Amino acid sequence: MGETLFDKVWDSHVVNQLEEGLHVLYIDKHLIHEVTSPQAFSVLIDKNIPVFRPQQILATVDHNVPTLNQHLPIKDELSRNQVAKLRKNCEENDIELYGLGHPYQGIVHIIGPELGITQPGMTMVCGDSHTSTHGAFGSIAFGIGTSQVAQVFASQCLLVSKPKSMRITVDGKLKKGVHPKDVILYIITQLGTDSGTGYFVEYAGEVFQNMSMEGRMTVCNMSIEMGSRGGMIAPDQTTFDYIEGREFAPSKAEWKQKLKYWKSLSSDPDAMFDKEYCFNAAEISPMITYGTNPGMGIGIQEQIPLSQNESFHRSLEYMGFNEGDSLNNLPINFVFIGSCTNSRIEDFRVASDYIKGKRKAENVNALIVPGSQQVAKQIQDEGLGEIFEEAGFIIRQPGCSACLAMNDDKIPAGEYCVSTSNRNFEGRQGPGSRTILASPLTAAAAAIAGKIVDTTQL
Amino acid sequence: MEKFTRLEQTAIPLDIENVDTDQIIPARFLKATNREGFGENLFRDWRFDENNKPISNFVLNKTNFTGPILVAGNNFGCGSSREHAAWALTDFGFKVVISSFFADIFKGNALNNGLLPVQVSDSQLQTIFEAIKEKPNRKFIVDLVGQYIEVPSIDLHIDFEINSYKKTCLVNGFDDIDYLIQNKHKIEEFERKRNA
Repeated sequence: MGETLFDKVWDSHVVNQLEEGLHVLYIDKHLIHEVTSPQAFSVLIDKNIPVFRPQQILATVDHNVPTLNQHLPIKDELSRNQVAKLRKNCEENDIELYGLGHPYQGIVHIIGPELGITQPGMTMVCGDSHTSTHGAFGSIAFGIGTSQVAQVFASQCLLVSKPKSMRITVDGKLKKGVHPKDVILYIITQLGTDSGTGYFVEYAGEVFQNMSMEGRMTVCNMSIEMGSRGGMIAPDQTTFDYIEGREFAPSKAEWKQKLKYWKSLSSDPDAMFDKEYCFNAAEISPMITYGTNPGMGIGIQEQIPLSQNESFHRSLEYMGFNEGDSLNNLPINFVFIGSCTNSRIEDFRVASDYIKGKRKAENVNALIVPGSQQVAKQIQDEGLGEIFEEAGFIIRQPGCSACLAMNDDKIPAGEYCVSTSNRNFEGRQGPGSRTILASPLTAAAAAIAGKIVDTTQL
Repeated sequence: MEKFTRLEQTAIPLDIENVDTDQIIPARFLKATNREGFGENLFRDWRFDENNKPISNFVLNKTNFTGPILVAGNNFGCGSSREHAAWALTDFGFKVVISSFFADIFKGNALNNGLLPVQVSDSQLQTIFEAIKEKPNRKFIVDLVGQYIEVPSIDLHIDFEINSYKKTCLVNGFDDIDYLIQNKHKIEEFERKRNA
C-alpha cells in the first residue's frame, strides 16, 4: 500500500517510538511569539536546562502589539513587559528575534512563508493553533501548548501520537467571486467544528492545484477550525516558484537537491486515508458565518438553518439573529481586513481592486492591518495604500490586531464586524463583539455598501 | 506536575457545547508571563458582566454547584492553543473535566498540567448531567488508576480510556520534558544521520 504525503513527512521525522503508541517527533523549525513563550522559558530556568537548538527557532512579536506608533514604547504595561521579556529571553538564549521596528516583523504565520523559512517536507511548530498555515507548502505544521514549547526548546522534539489521515478533495471550477476563504468556510460548515479532531488533513483536487500559495495558506490556516491539528497540500511548481529567491530559501547550490526531494512529496496513487470527503467546486458560493463558531456558516444567499439544540440557540441569541433569517443586506458598522488568515498582499489586492474609485459607507469603520512589515511596504509600493485611504479605510501597522483584540483594536459590544479573520467566538474581537467571518472581497464590499452584499450578484 | 490518582467530590455542570478556549480565558487576559492567577478570569465574560458584577445564572456563580470536577458539553476546549485555558481551570481549583469530546490541543495541555480530561459517550454525559442536576451535592468518584467514574448509590459506573504513558505521567507527576531529555542521545544520533 502506498504512503500519504503526511506519512512521508511524519515518518521521516520519527526519532523513536514508544510502546504506548507515542512518537518522539523531530521538529525542524520552531516559531515563537511573546504570548505563549514566557512560561516555557521559565520551565528551562526552573529545570536548569539550556535551549537545545537555538538556530532552529525564530521569534517575532505579533499577538499583543499595538498597530499604531510602533516606534514608541508600548503604552499598555503588561504588553510592554511581555514584549520585553521575549527580547530578554531571545538575547539570553541566542535566538533570532524580529521585533518591533525590524523590517521582517509580522504575524508569525505570515513571515515564515514570505521569508522562505517555510519549506516542503519540514516539521514546524508554534505556540499558536494557526500554525497549520504552513501546511500549504507540504510541511507538517501544527500548534502546540506552552508545555510543548518548553519541550521543543529542551529537545527539538515532541512526544506525540500520530494523527489519523483525512483527505478533502474539491474538484471542478470555482464560480467567479468565490475565494479560498469561501472554500474553507464551506468545508468547515459542511463537516462541522469537531470533524477533524484527531486527524491531519490533506487538501487535494483541481481547486487547490489551481490555487495560489497565498490562497492555499488561507485554506490550511483554518484547518484547526474543524479540529484538525493541521492541513497540508502537496507541493508543486506553484510552491517551488513561490519559494525560489526568498531570503531564506535554499541557496543555488542546494536548490536542485531540495527540489528533487520536494517533488517526491505527494500521496501515492494507492495511498489509503482513514477518512475521505469530496466536494464539487460549483456548489460553493461566497460564504459568511452567522453564529459563534466557524462551522456556523451559510452562503450569503442562504438563510440561517433551524435551531438544532440549546447551544445553537444560545449562539443565535448572542449574535442577535433568528433561525430562518437572511443576512444579505444586514447593516454593519465595522470591517476588519487582516489576521494570519487573510493579510497577505493578494488579499489586499482583491480588496483594493473592488474598492478602487469607491468610498466606504459613512457609518463604517474599516480597518486594514497588513500581516507583516513586508506586506505593509508592498501595499504602499503597489499603490494600494492610496486606494484604501481615498476610500476612507484606515491602514495600520502589522500585527494580529482585531482578530483576537489583545491590543486596543477592539469591536464594541453588540456591533457586527465583517472580518477576514478565523474565529467568530463570543467576544473574540472584544467583549460583546459579533463577528461575521468572510473573504476579503466580501469584507471590502460590506465596507462600501455598509451592509452585507453578495458580490457575485452585483 | 501535580499527581492525580483518585478523588471523590462534587461536580459542576456546564451544559454548553463547543466551549472554546477564548471563553475559558479571553485573549485580553493572556498578558502575564507566569502561570499563576489565571483562575480569577476563568470564563470571565460568562461569569461577570461589563461592570464586573457576577452574572447570577452562570453555573459557576450558583452556590449550589461546587467542586473540582467540571462536566461540559461536546467538543470542549476548541479553538486557540493557549495553555492558559488549562492553567485557568487548575488555578480555579478544577482537577477533572468530563466531556463527550475534547479538542486535541486542549486535551494535551490539560494532561501536561495534571488536569484529567475524561471522555465519555454522549448518553453517559447526559446521565452525569442529570445526576448532578438532580442532586448537586452528589459525589462522584473519579479513579484514574482503575480508569472509571462511579457513583455507587445510583449504580453509576463508567469506564474510560487513557493512553497508558499519559496515565503513568499523571499518576507519578512526570513531565514529557524529562522523558525527552533522557532521550537526547537518540535525538542527536537522528540529527547526525539526517545530516550525513
